[in-house]
Amino acid sequence: MTPPPTPQSHWDQIGHSAEFAAVLRAKRRFLIPATIFFLVYYLALPVLVGWFPEVMNRPVIGKVNGAYLFALSQFLMAWILAGMYVVVAARWDKMTAAVLKNNPKL
Amino acid sequence: MSPFLSLLAQAATTAVPAAAASEPAKTNTTALVMFTAFVALTLVITYFSARKATGSAAYFAAGRSIKGWQNGLAVAGDYMSAASFLGISGMICMSGYDGFMYSVGFLVAYLTVLFVVAEPLRNAGKYTMADLLAYRLSPRPVRAMASLSTITVSTFYMIAQMVGAGGIIKILLGVPFTPAVIGVGVLMLVYVVFGGMLATTWVQIIKAVLLMCGAFALSWLVLGKYDYSLTKFFDAVSVADYGGSKPAVNLLETGRLYGKLAVPANDWGRWDFISLALGLVLGTAGLPHILVRFYTVPDAKTARVSVIWAMAIIGVFYILTTFFGFGAATLLKMSDIPLNDITHKADGNMVAPILAKVLGGEMFFGFISAVAFATILAVVAGLTMSASTSFAHDFFSNVIHHGKENRPGEEVKVARITAFVVGAISIFLAIQLQSLNPAFLVGLAFAVAASANLPVIIFSIFWKRFNTTGAVAGLSVGLASSIILILISPSVMDPVPGKTLITGDFIFPLKNPGIVSIPLGFLAAWLGTLLTPRDPSAEEKFNELSVRAHTGLGAETSGSGH
Repeated sequence: MTPPPTPQSHWDQIGHSAEFAAVLRAKRRFLIPATIFFLVYYLALPVLVGWFPEVMNRPVIGKVNGAYLFALSQFLMAWILAGMYVVVAARWDKMTAAVLKNNPKL
Repeated sequence: MSPFLSLLAQAATTAVPAAAASEPAKTNTTALVMFTAFVALTLVITYFSARKATGSAAYFAAGRSIKGWQNGLAVAGDYMSAASFLGISGMICMSGYDGFMYSVGFLVAYLTVLFVVAEPLRNAGKYTMADLLAYRLSPRPVRAMASLSTITVSTFYMIAQMVGAGGIIKILLGVPFTPAVIGVGVLMLVYVVFGGMLATTWVQIIKAVLLMCGAFALSWLVLGKYDYSLTKFFDAVSVADYGGSKPAVNLLETGRLYGKLAVPANDWGRWDFISLALGLVLGTAGLPHILVRFYTVPDAKTARVSVIWAMAIIGVFYILTTFFGFGAATLLKMSDIPLNDITHKADGNMVAPILAKVLGGEMFFGFISAVAFATILAVVAGLTMSASTSFAHDFFSNVIHHGKENRPGEEVKVARITAFVVGAISIFLAIQLQSLNPAFLVGLAFAVAASANLPVIIFSIFWKRFNTTGAVAGLSVGLASSIILILISPSVMDPVPGKTLITGDFIFPLKNPGIVSIPLGFLAAWLGTLLTPRDPSAEEKFNELSVRAHTGLGAETSGSGH
C-alpha cells in the first residue's frame, strides 16, 4: 500500500536541513569525479583505437596487444568503480538514516 | 538484434561462399526437446504468477518482491539479447577486435545506471520512468511525451529482435520465418498478458542462467582446443585462418569495422564508433525495459544490489565473448558457417551455434540453439511488458484519466490489451520487414534512450530550475533528432536499390546518431527551461523529489498486491 502522504512542510523541513545538504554534498563528491573519470576512460578507447592504431596494435604480452589489454582494463575499471560505489553508498545510507531519524514527521 | 547484421554483412564480404548454402536445416531433436522443456517450465511459472498478478503493483512490478540477486539476473537477462550472444560472437569472429569493443561498451554502460538512475528511480517512481518526471512537472504533457518515447524505443527494439528471431529459428529449427515469428509473438504474449512482470522476470532469470551456462561451456570447449592455455589461444587468434580456409590474419588488430581495415572503406568509421560508444554508455540508462526492472525490488538498496549482480554477470559474459568469438575464427571453416538468405554471405550470427556443433556435437548444438531461442523470447517479453506498462500507466491512467482509476483493475486490463496490440503490430511489422536489415532500429532504440530519456531524467533529479517546457522539449527533440538522423544515414539511405529502405545518397554520414542527437537532447531540455518563465510549483516540489530520490522516504513499498 502507498504509505500515508507526507505533508509538504515535512519535505521542506528535510530538504532544507543541514544533514540532508551534507548527504547531497557527499554524493556529489563521489559521483561527479567518478562519472567524469569513467566517461573519459571509456571514450579513450574509441579515440585511441581510432586515431592511434599503430600504438594500440603493438604486442604487449605475447601476441596480445595494447588495444585488447586496454579493452579488458575497462571491465576491471567498471567493476572497481562499482565496488567503490557500494562502499561509499553504505556510508550514505547511514547518513540518510540519520537525516530521517533527526527529522521525524511533526 | 543488430547493429550487427549490417556490420556483419560488411565484414563478411570477403567470405568464401560455402557449398551448403542456406537450405533450411533439419529440425534438431535436442534443440526441440530442450526448447519445449524451457517453454513448459516458463508456462508453469506463468500459471502461478497469473494467480498472483492481481492489482497494479503485482502486475506491473511483481509486487516489488524480487530479491536483489534475482533482479540482477533478470536485468542481465533483459540486456543480453540475441544480439549479444549471436551478434557479438559473429562480429568478433568475422571482424575481430572491433567486434569486441561492443562487449566493453555494454558493461561500462551499467556505471551510468548505477550512478545516476537506479536508486533515485526506485525511490521516487512507481511503475515507469515518467513517474519520476511527473513528480515536479506538469504531469500530462510530460507523461504523454515520455510514454511516446518509451513505446517508440520498446517497439522498434522488439521489431529488430523479432526479425532476427525469425531468421535464426529458420536456420536452427527449420521452421519457416512467418510461423516462427508468430510463434515467438504468441508465447511472449502468454507470459506478459497472463503472468505480468513476475512471470516475465522469472523467464529472464531462467534464460540468464541458461545463457551463462552455455557461454561457459562453449568457452571451456574452445580453450580445451588450446590445452587450456591462454598463450596458445591468443597465439592462434593472432594468426586466425578460419580452420585453414582463409589466409591467416591477426584478429587482435584494430580497425576491421571502424578503422583502416574496414571493407568497404569507411571514412567516418572512427567518428561512428565514438557516436556508438556514447549511445551505448548513455542509452542503457534510458532503456525502458531495463528501468522498469528497478521497480520490482523492495527498495533502493536492493536496486543497488541488483545492479552489482547484473554487472558481475554481464561483465563475465562479455569477457567470455573473447573465447567463443575469436575462438570461432580459429576453429570454424568458412564452409561451416551457413549463408544468410538475404545477403548470401556467411551469416556471422550463426557462429556461436555452429561452434557448439563442431566442438560439442548435435546435443550441445541443440542446447545452444535452445538457449538462443529462449533469449529471444525472454527479451521480447520484457520489451512488450515495458511498452504496455507505459501505455496503461502513463497514457491511459494519467494522461486520459488524470491519475484516477475508474474501476479497480482497469489499469492492468488496459496493459493486457496494449500488450496484445503492441505484440500484434510488432509481429506484423517483423513479417513485413523481414527482407530488410533491421539494424537501424536497435541503433534508434539506444539513440532515443540516450537523447530523449536520459537528459530529462538527469535534469529532473539534479536541476531545481528544470521545468515542464524543458522536459517536453528535451524528450521531443531527442526523439525527433535521433529518428531524423537515422532516416538520413547510410543505414536507411543507400544508392544501391533495395539494399536499404530508401534509395539515394545518405545525408548524415554516421550510422549512429548519438554524437549529435545526445547533445541536442540535453541542449533542448536546457534551453527549453531557460527560455521559459520559472515554474514556482516545480521548484517548490524540487525539495520533495530530491528528498524522495535521495532518502527513499515515501517510496512505494512491497506491502501490497500479492
